Amino acid sequence: MELFYHLGRYYMMLKLVFKRPEKWSIYLRQIIREIDSIGISSIGIVAILSVFMGAVICIQTAFGVDGAAWMPLYAVGFTARESIILEFSPTIICLILAGKVGSHISSELGTMRVTEQIDALEIMGVNSAGYLIFPKIIAAIFIFPFLIIMSMGLGLFGGWFIGVSTGAVTSYEYIYGIQYDFQPFNVTYALIKTVFFAFIIISVSAYCGYYTKGGALEVGKSSTKAVVYSSIAVLLVNLLLTQLILG
Amino acid sequence: MIQVSNISKSFGGKPVLRDISITFEKGKANLIIGQSGSGKTVLMKCMVGLLEVDEGVVMYDDRLFSDKSTTAHSSNGVNRQSIRRDIGMMFQGGALFDSQTVEENVIFPLSMFTNMSEEEKLDRANFCLDRVHLENANKLFPAELSGGMQKRVAIARAISMNPKYLFCDEPNSGLDPKTAIVIDNLIHEITHEFDITTIINSHDMNSVMEIGDKVVFIHNGEKWWEGTNEEILSADNEELNDFIFAAKYLKALKK
Ligand SMILES: Nc1ncnc2c1ncn2[C@@H]1O[C@H](COP(=O)(O)OP(=O)(O)OP(=O)(O)O)[C@@H](O)[C@H]1O
Ligand SMILES: [Mg+2]
Repeated sequence: MELFYHLGRYYMMLKLVFKRPEKWSIYLRQIIREIDSIGISSIGIVAILSVFMGAVICIQTAFGVDGAAWMPLYAVGFTARESIILEFSPTIICLILAGKVGSHISSELGTMRVTEQIDALEIMGVNSAGYLIFPKIIAAIFIFPFLIIMSMGLGLFGGWFIGVSTGAVTSYEYIYGIQYDFQPFNVTYALIKTVFFAFIIISVSAYCGYYTKGGALEVGKSSTKAVVYSSIAVLLVNLLLTQLILG
Repeated sequence: MIQVSNISKSFGGKPVLRDISITFEKGKANLIIGQSGSGKTVLMKCMVGLLEVDEGVVMYDDRLFSDKSTTAHSSNGVNRQSIRRDIGMMFQGGALFDSQTVEENVIFPLSMFTNMSEEEKLDRANFCLDRVHLENANKLFPAELSGGMQKRVAIARAISMNPKYLFCDEPNSGLDPKTAIVIDNLIHEITHEFDITTIINSHDMNSVMEIGDKVVFIHNGEKWWEGTNEEILSADNEELNDFIFAAKYLKALKK
């Protein structure tokens, strides 16, 4: 029962979020701010994670390929590319972002709620859900794909670096593998997923924060909820989209 | 003028407001007084629609703001927003936007709802900040201000749009007596100057005597007494007297 209550309220919130903005210029300014706070500030963690992820994938695949003598060495590059582009970059990085961005958004909105800042907006006649959440959603939908593309590149680089420096694979073979039977649609598919994930992460964690009741303790609780629920939602939608697009 | 008729509100079965009817007059400082927990803040929030009333009606001049039978319709929402543009409200806790500086806080409603140029907005913000005697705090963030300064910024923000209706929830609690009187007088002045309907929650007797053009005493969620600050001292209402003459020596004085 509770679930339906939350789904209903989530839907009502989205209706408010996508109401016509009072003033586009202010929303635009907010969007630019959010791009910075959601996207630019996440570049570091995404970069580090991607390089290490790529490296580990490369080592593991090289280990497997080594054992199976019938597999060509360029399979290392090929496998690394497939897994990074199809799954690791879009899904794993988005899960990490759900943790970082989701908890940030939820605690920001939760604090604004319990200190009556959201009420203050409402009293001025501002559509608070729209003003606070819409720019975040647009910013994330815009910036997440760039983060993911960067992650793909760095992941592949991490694999190349570790593969070549440990001697597991030669630079030529790895790069040949990366290019082997490349389907550009896979990138499109990954970016479609990313856009959905961006929407879900921001809207679910904003929902958790926006409807916080109580005090500082509850702000903490809603930011935990934001991470848990948006991660679960990302995994569910991932399954759904994968089946729909590739299935 | 704001007219509240037969408002009731309860939280989870516990009544907080019971059948309250009051007329708040234009161009006057209308004070709501009462003990802590008597329901002053809840009443104010019901009037501006941050809480939905269980029963009763709120009218802003002749505009219907809150009526239980119409809250279900979306048309009511539109009316609310247009009334809210005429409302300035100062919250008990300040409720300043803590990601914005003092100046940005005061400018915010101007940017949202007017087409003023940057310069005009800045002028207006400085004018409002001057009125609350905050001259050198423009670039500070709320977290860098003292509690009293935060209240004053909140008042500056509330008056920046030239509201027709001004709500102040305990504007001078937590302030020293001198600043408290400055703030009281400021609100009083603005009220008369711009012919605003001002509603002030307070439990400070100084404010009552100083600026209470009209005083409403709330006790246990009910309207217990209503009158002017001149009448209040001679009122023979037991709870009201208990409230006013809380200190022993004042009680002795009254006798
Ligand atoms: N959201 C809420 N949920 C449940 N009860 C509430 C809520 N808000 C207020 N109350 C209850 O309503 C009563 C009146 O609270 P209110 O905040 O109006 O008091 P007040 O007169 O403003 O007091 P103070 O002078 O201390 O600010 C209190 O008993 C409080 O517990
Ligand atoms: Mg109060």
